[in-house]
Amino acid sequence: MGDSPDSAAISVRGLWKIFGSRARKVLDSEDRHLEPAALREKTGCTAAVRDVSFEVRPGEVFVVMGLSGSGKSTLVRCLTRLIEPTAGTITIGGEDVGRASPARLREIRRHQVSMVFQHFGLLPHRKVVDNVAYGLEIQGTPKADRHARAGEILSLVGLDGYADAYPDQLSGGMQQRVGLARALAVDPQVMLFDEPFSALDPLIRRDMQAEVVRLHREVGKTMVFITHDLSEALKLGERIAIMRAGSIVQLGTAEELVGAPADDYVADFVRDVPRSHVLTLRWIMRSPEPGEALDGPELPATTLVKDAIGVASASARPIRVVDGGELAGVVDRVDLLTFLSGQDTPAKAGA
Amino acid sequence: MKIRLLAGLLALGMAAAGCGGATVESSPSASAGAPQGGSSSSAGTVKIAINPWVGYEASANVVAYLLKNELGYTVELPEIKEQLAWEGFENGSVDVIIENWGHPDLKKTFIEEKKVAVEAGSTGNKGVIGWYIPKWMADKYPDITDSKNLNKYADLFKTSESGDKGQLLFGDPSYVSNEDALIKNLKLNFKVVVGGSEAALIKGAQQAQEQQKALLFYFWDPHWLFNKTQLVRVNLPAYTEGCDADPKKVACDYPEMDLDKIVSKKFADTGGKAYELVKNFNWTNDDQNAVANDMTNNGMTGEQAAKKWVEANTAKWQAWIPK
Amino acid sequence: MSSTTAVGAPSRLRLPRWAAPAGVAALIVVAYLVFRGTGTLPHDKEAPQFLAVTELREWIDEHRNESPLFLYFLNYIRLFVGSLYDLFSGALTALGWPGLTGVLGGLAWLAGGWRIALLAVAGVSAFGVLGLWQSSVETLALVAVAVLLSLAIGVPIGVWAGRSARVRRAVTPVLDVMQIMPTFAYLAPLALFFHIGAPAGAIATMIYAIPPAIRITALAVSEVSPTAVEASGSLGATGRQTLFKVVLPLARPTIALAVNQTIMMALSMVVIANLIAAPGLGGDIIRGLSRAQVGIMLPAGVAVVVMAIVLDRMTTALARRGPHARPRRLDLAAAGALAAAGLALIPVLPRAWPEGWTLNVTAEINAVVRWAETSWYPVTTFVKDQTSVLLLNPLESLLTSAPWWLVALTVLAVAWRVSGPRAALTALGCLLAIALLGTWEHAMQTMTTVALAVLITLMIGLLLGVAAARSPRYSAVQRPLLDAAQTMPAFVYLLPALALFETTRFTAIFASIIYAVPPVVRLVEDGIKAVPAEVVEAAVSAGSTPGQLLWKVQLPMARRAILLAANQGIVMTLAMVVVGGLVGAGALGYDVVVGFSQRTDFGLGFVAGVATVLLGVMLDRITQGADRRPSPHRRKST
Repeated sequence: MGDSPDSAAISVRGLWKIFGSRARKVLDSEDRHLEPAALREKTGCTAAVRDVSFEVRPGEVFVVMGLSGSGKSTLVRCLTRLIEPTAGTITIGGEDVGRASPARLREIRRHQVSMVFQHFGLLPHRKVVDNVAYGLEIQGTPKADRHARAGEILSLVGLDGYADAYPDQLSGGMQQRVGLARALAVDPQVMLFDEPFSALDPLIRRDMQAEVVRLHREVGKTMVFITHDLSEALKLGERIAIMRAGSIVQLGTAEELVGAPADDYVADFVRDVPRSHVLTLRWIMRSPEPGEALDGPELPATTLVKDAIGVASASARPIRVVDGGELAGVVDRVDLLTFLSGQDTPAKAGA
Repeated sequence: MKIRLLAGLLALGMAAAGCGGATVESSPSASAGAPQGGSSSSAGTVKIAINPWVGYEASANVVAYLLKNELGYTVELPEIKEQLAWEGFENGSVDVIIENWGHPDLKKTFIEEKKVAVEAGSTGNKGVIGWYIPKWMADKYPDITDSKNLNKYADLFKTSESGDKGQLLFGDPSYVSNEDALIKNLKLNFKVVVGGSEAALIKGAQQAQEQQKALLFYFWDPHWLFNKTQLVRVNLPAYTEGCDADPKKVACDYPEMDLDKIVSKKFADTGGKAYELVKNFNWTNDDQNAVANDMTNNGMTGEQAAKKWVEANTAKWQAWIPK
Repeated sequence: MSSTTAVGAPSRLRLPRWAAPAGVAALIVVAYLVFRGTGTLPHDKEAPQFLAVTELREWIDEHRNESPLFLYFLNYIRLFVGSLYDLFSGALTALGWPGLTGVLGGLAWLAGGWRIALLAVAGVSAFGVLGLWQSSVETLALVAVAVLLSLAIGVPIGVWAGRSARVRRAVTPVLDVMQIMPTFAYLAPLALFFHIGAPAGAIATMIYAIPPAIRITALAVSEVSPTAVEASGSLGATGRQTLFKVVLPLARPTIALAVNQTIMMALSMVVIANLIAAPGLGGDIIRGLSRAQVGIMLPAGVAVVVMAIVLDRMTTALARRGPHARPRRLDLAAAGALAAAGLALIPVLPRAWPEGWTLNVTAEINAVVRWAETSWYPVTTFVKDQTSVLLLNPLESLLTSAPWWLVALTVLAVAWRVSGPRAALTALGCLLAIALLGTWEHAMQTMTTVALAVLITLMIGLLLGVAAARSPRYSAVQRPLLDAAQTMPAFVYLLPALALFETTRFTAIFASIIYAVPPVVRLVEDGIKAVPAEVVEAAVSAGSTPGQLLWKVQLPMARRAILLAANQGIVMTLAMVVVGGLVGAGALGYDVVVGFSQRTDFGLGFVAGVATVLLGVMLDRITQGADRRPSPHRRKST
């Protein structure tokens, strides 16, 4: 989190979005601190995003997670002002989006940021290739060029041979690949995903998640990914922001969230996560007790707990956990078993 | 795009109308009477309004037949009622009214003030409107033919439509009418019930005489019905010159009228031989009744009936054809 | 609020629920008996309101060629529409019957394949066979102009309304009123501003046909997938790009439906437009009407219905096509060939339909009608007279002899009870305006006719609707009939009525019943069928008899649909009763007719037109609220 705003791909500071005719008045008064229900009762306004700040590093996959109504979809739309924010500053690639003129804003949308939608938003009257080329078409790219580009992108997302199909002839997963291709076709620096896979079947969802991971590896775009699915967040996100009632309640790596939930809400959220798959030895190691044998196998502190089980079962002696070449602590079989068995109780490890 | 197109069309219209704004006459369809640029073999188009009674249709059809077959005109017979037809002179949708029943007010407006129409002479028909009853009623109640006694018999004329008053059956709503004023001013316990058409009047009259039913109804001469069914006119207070000047205060009978022809000014100026023919057209009540009778009772179309009359009366119409 | 507070002081004597309404009703009856005959507002043909309008018209008539408003604005509109009409009728006439048949057939093939093309060719030929070629072409041209203008104005407004809630809110009430407005009401003002003839007729038709164009387009646009629009915006599309590349293409099928509805509305208006001297089939219908010859009217009516069916099927086929369906090459070729064949035949064949190919059945139809008249005369006369004497006349004299304030109070009370204070005040306002316009007595007479027609319509509608809801087999038979009935232009219903009952008030009642029954039946059937299957199952499993099921479950739960049916029935009946002025229904409808027939009565007709609109709004408000107001059990819980 030590990056300066300049080096961030996206920087958001003090972002507010209040729906309703008296939004500005609410923002300037103390009412803005009211609970959502109380606010609506009193002013008729809804605060969807409340004082949100974060930064996204170039090339990072940044996940915003929250339940429906937590404001995450509004947040992502505020980034390119598809929804006009009430207050706050947003910079993308060093440019203040809030101050961009309508024409400049269009330029940003055309070239820098593109978006993938939950319900795809494809145009049923156009062939797949024309859907993919849509972004280029509105930029005024000649037909031959944009079709060539669309063809490349289609093979990148694994839709070779479907260029002349119509969207309604494709399965849901394939349709979303078209959506993905459409967003990729304009070669943006940033891609925004608004719950792109929540309308898909679980198996297809898994494929698509793998696809995103692969694409991220291949094209290296900065990605902001909205989801309500924790496992998806954990799988994709380098860092995850958890939103509740319009605010970010915790922002950190998967490990930080599971290992040290900021409050009961987050804790409740991550309760069912198989912690051994997320936490590293750092979270369960302890100082060696006096007289404890220190000649056991050595593992780095960043090893996932689940990966340590095999080693532990092979050796009776405690595992030595090392961090930067120095001994940081030890973990023995009892520690591991205790951790594994305590999985169902709320983790308070960090507290 | 659309706006430019509209502006273009407006400009075009403006140019057509001579830049002084558009008047009603600058209607695009005002091609009355004038021959249409040689492309077709027709000598031109004449629009004769059709008013809704068969006598009128008889006259119109005979004139139309002659215009078509003797002079080579195209004739349109649009269904337009009396007063609207006068307005039609203004925008070119009507060239000729072949049988006009008086209408001094309309003559004043359209001939004298607006100068869009001119008179084209008498049709030769004498027309009179009146209230009639079937003959059996006059036989049975001799004093009923005096309008003063009508109230005495009002009960006889009651129908489900007239409620507790006697019924006075009227025809087409567009007909020349003083009925409301007459009932009011003569203090008659009657109500006007609109049959809606000439046919309703004819049917009512025939049934009334055949089945000895009571009926008081509006009717007019010339009409073929008088040759078929015995009808008796009810005497309203006699007509005197000017007694019908104020339509609200009318308390007298209808006058006998010389039916005449009215044509649009444009047709009179540019109609050529067609106008001459219309102007010369002149026949008798019997002529009209014969044609109207064929049309109504002998299953002929207007054209067929006209043809029959034309073939039988060559001498008469020969005189109308302009030299 | 909790329901306990609503009970109030429990110690006070609690009256049964019906007591208050019954009390008010009794009070009204007593007031009527006491004040009957006083405070009536008898009709006066020479009322100053009418004369003022007549004078205004005279003034306008004199200054039509002087006032700048006319010289530089209204007359240009007239000229523009007139040129458009001439263009269309000229083009259609130039095509002649071979060309028109070919071109329309080709278009139909493109729209929906060979079946529709066949229908179109047969339909166009039918115009000729019926001996109505020229009139049909004129009507077609008039409809084309009116629909084109409706769409040119309506679609943009609809798109705007679909994209902006504020515009939608502004437009909706206007459209509401336009849709309750009986066709007749448009004519007088139009004649005033645009004179008579084809342009005025086209404009009248356009105004009548425009509400569905706006409404359905707005619906189509608002139903466009918001994600697609957002996706377009997120890629940096301008508003224009999104509109033309996303919104309009996606809304196309529904907009095709708007075109369909607009055409249907236009077709039902072109006939009535003949009252202001618009050309076309209306002239033949009116000629038949004024000769009382069904034989003249029927072919013209059939021609209009055929035109409606052809255009309906063509546009429906267009609307049903998938979002990306493109005509196959074969279809294109066939359509092109058909059109080309037609065009090629123009120089060869005569333009006018050959007379030898027409089928003149006027005399035969007249004979059949005459036979029906004479053989059913005792029955039809009995029905007609008894209805008039036993129902119409007493009710009419009740309404006309009651003091105006009593009628107003009754309307206020009923509307308040059924639809709440706002609707009640609107209704009262309309009624008072009717009184001020000097059309009280005739409005009461029209209301009588409407009331009776609505009553019968609802009875028949409920019966048939319930029967259809309960028997799928019966419903399957009835549904296509209802579909057909609803494509038919309104005045067509006048013909059988006229054949059976001649020109009387009853004729209008009969016509409006057969006009309004189909939608009522449909609404009732749908309402009953919409009762959730689970509820029905629960009732059946509790041992309900079919009768109990109907009375205790289905009808109460279909209450909203039934009230909506009543509302629709009233609006449609009013429209028809007013048109019934052409066939003997007196009062307001007849006043409108007279207004066009006699220059001196122009004011009367004009004001009567306004009064019918007020009457329509009043009746609509009284009943519409019933549909919107939550049902009693729901009111308690909120």
